[in-house]
Amino acid sequence: MRKKVIFKGIALPWLLLLPQLVITGVFFFWPAGQAIYGSFLREDAFGLSREFVGLENFRDVLADPNYLAAGWNTVVFSSSVAIGALGVALFLAVQADKAIRGADAYKTMLIWPYAVAPAVAAVLWLFMFHPQIGLFGKALNGIGIRWDYKVNGDQAMLLVIMAAAWKQVSYNFIFFLAGLQSIPRAVLEAAAIDGARPVRRFWTIIFPLLAPTSFFLLVVNIVYAFFDTFGTIHALTQGGPGQATSTLIYKVYVDGVQNLNFGASAAQSVILMAIVVALTAVQFRFVERKVHY
Amino acid sequence: MLTAADDAALVRATARRQARSRYVAHAVLTLGVLVFAFPIWLTLVGSSHDANTIGRGDVPLWFGAQAITNYISAWTTGGSAVRTTGQVPAWLMLWNSLNMAVMIALGKIAISLLSAYAVVFFSFPGRMVAFWLIFITLMLPVEVRIIPTFEVMVNLGLINTMSGLVVPLIASATATLLFRQFFLTIPDEYVEAAKIDGAGPLRFFKDVVMPLSVTNIAALFVILFIYGWNQYLWPLLIVSDKDLETVVVGMSKMIGTSDSQNEWNIIMATAVLAMLPPVAVVVFMQRWFVKGLTETEK
Repeated sequence: MRKKVIFKGIALPWLLLLPQLVITGVFFFWPAGQAIYGSFLREDAFGLSREFVGLENFRDVLADPNYLAAGWNTVVFSSSVAIGALGVALFLAVQADKAIRGADAYKTMLIWPYAVAPAVAAVLWLFMFHPQIGLFGKALNGIGIRWDYKVNGDQAMLLVIMAAAWKQVSYNFIFFLAGLQSIPRAVLEAAAIDGARPVRRFWTIIFPLLAPTSFFLLVVNIVYAFFDTFGTIHALTQGGPGQATSTLIYKVYVDGVQNLNFGASAAQSVILMAIVVALTAVQFRFVERKVHY
Repeated sequence: MLTAADDAALVRATARRQARSRYVAHAVLTLGVLVFAFPIWLTLVGSSHDANTIGRGDVPLWFGAQAITNYISAWTTGGSAVRTTGQVPAWLMLWNSLNMAVMIALGKIAISLLSAYAVVFFSFPGRMVAFWLIFITLMLPVEVRIIPTFEVMVNLGLINTMSGLVVPLIASATATLLFRQFFLTIPDEYVEAAKIDGAGPLRFFKDVVMPLSVTNIAALFVILFIYGWNQYLWPLLIVSDKDLETVVVGMSKMIGTSDSQNEWNIIMATAVLAMLPPVAVVVFMQRWFVKGLTETEK
């Protein structure tokens, strides 16, 4: 789509685009190209020379049990965060939609966790679930459950999932509430007059009408869980204990920044790029559909 | 046939049922709000006690008497506990975060306005190429190009500088797409009228497009301020200088590996200070915030 009436000129529009293009060129395309190029190279033990090794880095990375474990962690983590945050948000949004008066007040009181940084959210949950100083952590140990997320990998995973989902509920809530409020009252009243009970009304009318919103939110939540939760994991568990909470993003950071493994880190970057491209494609295909809905 | 009395009874029954369902809804929502606020409550309360109370694990549920002392200590010195990273006073970290967040938000808005204007109101060779180059950056978050981006930063001498914190983050496909979307809704007649009046493209931008974009800019600013304030990986990578520490990263660095060294009350006070500005922005600018959120993600 474009405008029919436009200004003439060639130099001016390029000048206007220049700042954006310079920054994307220097900080996005050049490094991304370097990552792709580097994924085919390997550095010798002293970091002095790099030689071409074809797809060997990819083969090594994909055969590395630690990488596969990180991949599995990412699947568990992202799907739990997405399902948890979507479920709770939908439930609360349905309630807020029912309580017509006061819906806005509840909205104000539920949306602010969005503004809390992932790393700060992690620390808030650490205060609650620390085995010695946390209210719940101590209580769990008090009733005989051995709770220590610094030792038990499953508990660590549960904690990062809760901290990450807690923050995302507000975002989903806003979209679900807007979706619910846009459903025409007349449709629901007609169903009620026909004798459809609230539960049936939810599954046969509300849920299908919310499907586009839900699908869009699912993609956004997965992207969030993939890329925006580095701070949560870094501040809460540092990927541990062992590798229990190390996701793909966390691993690319550890291998690149801490272990300085040049080739492996570049290959992981390229794999992640492929994942982002796929997610973005899904997101935009869907947006196009929503326009025609 | 229903009599008038039956009718009235039915109406009353329906009203009762609806009222009951609304009470349940209010109860559930109140519970939800309390559950969501609880982590903050605990942290606020914790920041008003002395370090030993919390270190012992006697988690209080009501405020103590140390609030002022704790916040002064966090604000001016960053606490006195022994830490691997050393302390940075909260005022400095907050100042750095504020600078970073405002500059990222304004920078993103400025360069996105310009590039969206070029793409929408001009026809020039390479227009679509430029548009796609900007669009593709959506698929290249920092996380997937960490090491090579770091190398670029080292080569440009941007490590440990405020420009290094800000400039690489101000490219914005999302903001450009949003402004493009909005510019496309500006009627062609405006451009025609401007041309007839002899106004050039820059004049049209300043006198027509900018004033029309004010609400979009405000909405976007709220979202981008929060985005900038909450940056974590980027400052962690390129800032090691204590003078440039931002509050979100600095706060999480205060938590050492050895629990006995942690001055929990000061950490909690710093956490409260770290979340206060973005939360205040969301609460007080809610209308802009919701608008920005729902429009950038479309």
